[in-house]
Amino acid sequence: MGCGISLNNDCSLKKTERAMKAAVLIQRWYRQYVARMEVRRRCTWTIFQSIEYAGEQDQIKLQNFFTYLMDHFTPTNSNQRDLISHIFTEDEVYKETELEKYFDHETIELPESYTGPHIDFPLTAAHAAALVEAFRHKQQLHARYVLQLLHETLKHLKLLPNINRVCTCFCEEITICGDLHGQLDDLLLIFYKNGLPSVEKPYIFNGDYVDRGKNSIEILLILFAFLLVYPNEVHMNRGNHEDYIVNLRYGFTKEVMQKYKMHGRKIHKLLQIVFSWMPLATVIDQKVLITHGGISDTTDLDIIAKVDRHKYVSVLRPPKKKKRHNMAEALSIRGARTSEGDIQTTNMDSRHALRRLSLTSTPCYSPGTRKRSPHDISRKVRRSVEEELEKCRRQVGFSEPYEDGKFSLSFSESDSESFEVCESDNAEWKQIVDILWSDPMHQEGCVPNAVRGGGCYYGPDVTEKVLSRHNIQLLIRSHECKQDGYEFCHNRKVLTIFSASNYYELGSNRGAYVKLGPDLIPHLVQYQVSRTTRKLTMKQRVSRVERSALRALREQLFSHKSDLISAFEKYDNNKTGRISLNDWATVVGSVLQLGLPWRVLRSQLVQSAPEGLLEYHAWFDDLAIEQPTTEHVHQSLLETLYRNRSNLETIFRIIDSDNSGLVSFEEFCQTWKLLSSHLNMEISNEAISDLARSIDFNKDGSIDINEFLEAFRLVDKIHYTEREGSLLLTTPGALL
Amino acid sequence: MAEEKESAEAMISEIHKQITDAFDVFDHEFNKTVDVREVGTIIRSLSCCPSEGELHDLLAEIEEEEPTGYIRFEKFLPTMTKVLMERRYRPIPEDVLLQAFEVLDQEKKGHLEPEELTKYMSEEGEPFTQEEMEEMLSAAVDPDKNVILYKDYVGMMTVEDN
Repeated sequence: MGCGISLNNDCSLKKTERAMKAAVLIQRWYRQYVARMEVRRRCTWTIFQSIEYAGEQDQIKLQNFFTYLMDHFTPTNSNQRDLISHIFTEDEVYKETELEKYFDHETIELPESYTGPHIDFPLTAAHAAALVEAFRHKQQLHARYVLQLLHETLKHLKLLPNINRVCTCFCEEITICGDLHGQLDDLLLIFYKNGLPSVEKPYIFNGDYVDRGKNSIEILLILFAFLLVYPNEVHMNRGNHEDYIVNLRYGFTKEVMQKYKMHGRKIHKLLQIVFSWMPLATVIDQKVLITHGGISDTTDLDIIAKVDRHKYVSVLRPPKKKKRHNMAEALSIRGARTSEGDIQTTNMDSRHALRRLSLTSTPCYSPGTRKRSPHDISRKVRRSVEEELEKCRRQVGFSEPYEDGKFSLSFSESDSESFEVCESDNAEWKQIVDILWSDPMHQEGCVPNAVRGGGCYYGPDVTEKVLSRHNIQLLIRSHECKQDGYEFCHNRKVLTIFSASNYYELGSNRGAYVKLGPDLIPHLVQYQVSRTTRKLTMKQRVSRVERSALRALREQLFSHKSDLISAFEKYDNNKTGRISLNDWATVVGSVLQLGLPWRVLRSQLVQSAPEGLLEYHAWFDDLAIEQPTTEHVHQSLLETLYRNRSNLETIFRIIDSDNSGLVSFEEFCQTWKLLSSHLNMEISNEAISDLARSIDFNKDGSIDINEFLEAFRLVDKIHYTEREGSLLLTTPGALL
Repeated sequence: MAEEKESAEAMISEIHKQITDAFDVFDHEFNKTVDVREVGTIIRSLSCCPSEGELHDLLAEIEEEEPTGYIRFEKFLPTMTKVLMERRYRPIPEDVLLQAFEVLDQEKKGHLEPEELTKYMSEEGEPFTQEEMEEMLSAAVDPDKNVILYKDYVGMMTVEDN
C-alpha cells in the first residue's frame, strides 16, 4: 500500500502494531463505558427498592399506630365509633345467611346498554376464555357478574385446606407464576406463550395479584374464573398484597372504587373475605413448597395446616378474641409487654437495618414520646385509666364534643375495644406473617425483616433446617422483584419467581415463570412486555429506568428540604451558603435514611460544584421540582404532606366510608390530627384550616380527595420526549 | 505545612469514602466482600480506565493468597487508594479516542464498516466477546447508512458521560 517491498514488512508491522494499540485503546474505553452503565443500572435498582421498601415500612408503622389507637381508644359517640370501625372492619363477623343477603347479585340489573362479557354458572372454559378476550379488549365485567363470580369463588375457596397438596402424576408439567401486581399484559403474555390453564396445563399462582398495576381486578377475575372451571388444576396462594389494609395504600381499593362506582363497596367487602379464605401455600409431590414470601426459623407446616386462616382478614392485624375485662387489667398486661416492642427509628444507613420494627400486637409507643422505658409505663398504669383514655382522646382530636351526643358509650359497655391477645394466638399469627412477608438473605440466621416491617430475613441454614424438617427439596417463593424475573439462592434450594416485567419502569426487569415436571427440575421461561418493537440499546434501557428512579429520588430530596437545609447549615459554619460535596453526601444520607450510595449517585444529582463546593440553596432549584403555589401554607407542613402522601391517602380512604371520594371539613381535620399524632408532630388547627382553605371546595363543604392529592403533587419540571432514540428536552438548561 | 497535611488527610478521607460507596454497590451480602468478577466494574466506576491486562495485574495485588472468588474490602481499599492518589489509568480524552478510530480507518473513509470494526474488536488487542460486540454495534452503527460514523459516535458517547 504505497511502501516499497523491502520496507513493506516494516511498514505493515508498524501499521499492525498501531492498529493493535488503537484497538486496545478502544476496547479499554468501551469497557469502562459499559462498567459505568452497569453501576448506574445497579444504583437505579437500589433506588427503586429502597423507596419501595421504605413505603412498605411506612405502611407497617401506620398500621402499628392504628393498632395502638384501637387498643387505647374508646369512642364516646357513634361518629367516633364509625371512624374506628372503618379502620378495622373485620370486627364485623358475617353469618352465612347475612352474606347471601348482602351480596345478592340477582337484585342488580344488567342495563340494556351493557356490551361487556356475559358469564353463567356453572362456569365453563369458554366463559373463562371469553373473559380473557374481553379484558384484552379493555372491556369491563359488570358488577352483577363480578359479585356472582366472587361469591362462587368464595364457596370454592372455603372447601380448600390451608396448604394445597398437588401431584405431577397426571400431567406433564406444572407452571408456577409469581407476582403479577395488576399487570394484565404480563398475564396475557404468559397465557400466550404457555397456553391457557386446562386439564393438561395446570397452574399455580403465588400471590400478589393486585396493587400498583392498573388491572388488578381483571387479573383476579380471570384467575378466579379458571379456578372454578379447573378446580383440580388451578391453585392460588395468598400474597401479602391480598390484604385490604395494604390495598388501601397501594391502589387496588382505588381501582375497584373507580371502576365500580355504585357497587364498589360491596365488591370490596366481598374481596376482603375472599382474600382471607385463600390458601396459604401449595406443596407439589410433598417435595416442593410454594408460598409467597418464604419461611422463618419457626415455620411449621403442621401448625399452618391447622389454623383458621379466614380469621386473618388482614395479616397485618393480630387475631382478636373479644373478652370482657376492665381496661386497667388490659393496660397493665400491655405495660409489662411494652419493653419488647420499643419502636426505634430504623436506620437504613447502616444497611444491615437490624433494629427491631415489627408488627406488634402490643402498643409499642404512646403519643407524646417515641421511646418509653418499662419504668415509665408502670407509672402510667398507676394513673387512673380514665385519665389515660382522656389523654389519648385529646391527642387524636376527639375531645371536641360532637353535636350528636345521643349514642354515647361508656367503655365498660363497649365490647369491641377491650381485648387481650394471648401467646398462642401470637405464635400462630407469626407463622402466617412469616410465610407471606419474609425474604431470603445471604448470611446465616433469622432476623426480623426491619426493611419491610413484617416477617423475617432467613438465611441458608434456616432454609436447610426447615426444608429438611418437612422433607422438602425446593422452596419456590415470590415477593421480590428480580432483574431477570427469577433468582436462585441458598444452594439452589430457594427459587424466587417474579412475573411482573417492567415492574419499576419500562425496561427495568424481565418477568418469568417456572415449569416443573415429575422430575421436579425447574425450567425457567423469561419474557418482557414491550410496546416498542425496536430493540433498545443498553444506554437507552438504562437511561429510561434511571430517569424514573432519579425523579423519585429528587422528589424525596425536595420533600425533605427544610431538614436538609438545617443540616447543611450545621456544616456551613461561616454561613457561606456552600458546603463541600463530601459533606453533602454525609448530610443527605443521614436525613433521608435510604441507605443509598450517595457518592456514586452524586454526579446525577449535583449539576455543578465549582471548586468542589455546592451552593445548597440554589441546588434545590436545580432539582427541577415544582411545588404548587400555595399562599398561607407553611413550607414545613407542605413537606410533611409530600412525604406522607401515601399515609394521608390511606387515612382518607378509610374515613371516606361511602367511597364517594369526598370528605367533609371535619373529616379532613380528623385525618390531619391522626397523621400528626402518628408522626408525633405538632400541627396547629390554624395550619390545617389554612390547608383546607387553599383548596377550592365548593361541593357543599366537602373536599375531593383526589383533587386535594393532585393539587399538592410535586411536579417534575423536566419533560422528556423520546423520538427514535433522541431525547428532546422541553425545558432548556435542565440536565439530567 | 499543617494546613497542607490537613487537606491531604481530607482528600484521602474523601477518596476512602468514594471507594467505600462504590464497593458497597456490589457488596450484595453486606459483609464487605464482592465477587471477584465485579471488581473490574468497581474500579472502572471510580473513573479508572485500565486495560484487561492492567486489571489482571491489579487483581493479583488484591486477591487472597488462595483465591476464594471473593475480594475483601480490607485488601481493596489500600490498593485502590494508591491507584487514585497516583492517578493511574486515567480516562481517555476524546481526541485520543478519535485518533484511535482514525487509525483503524486505514482507507481514510471517514467511517468504518461494521465488519471492519468487528474484525478489529473481536480479533485484535484484548478481544471482545460476541455480546460486547453486538452491544457496541447496536449503538454505533448508523441505521440508515449501515456504517459507523465514528466521529459522531465518539462525540455522542463522551457528551452524555459528562
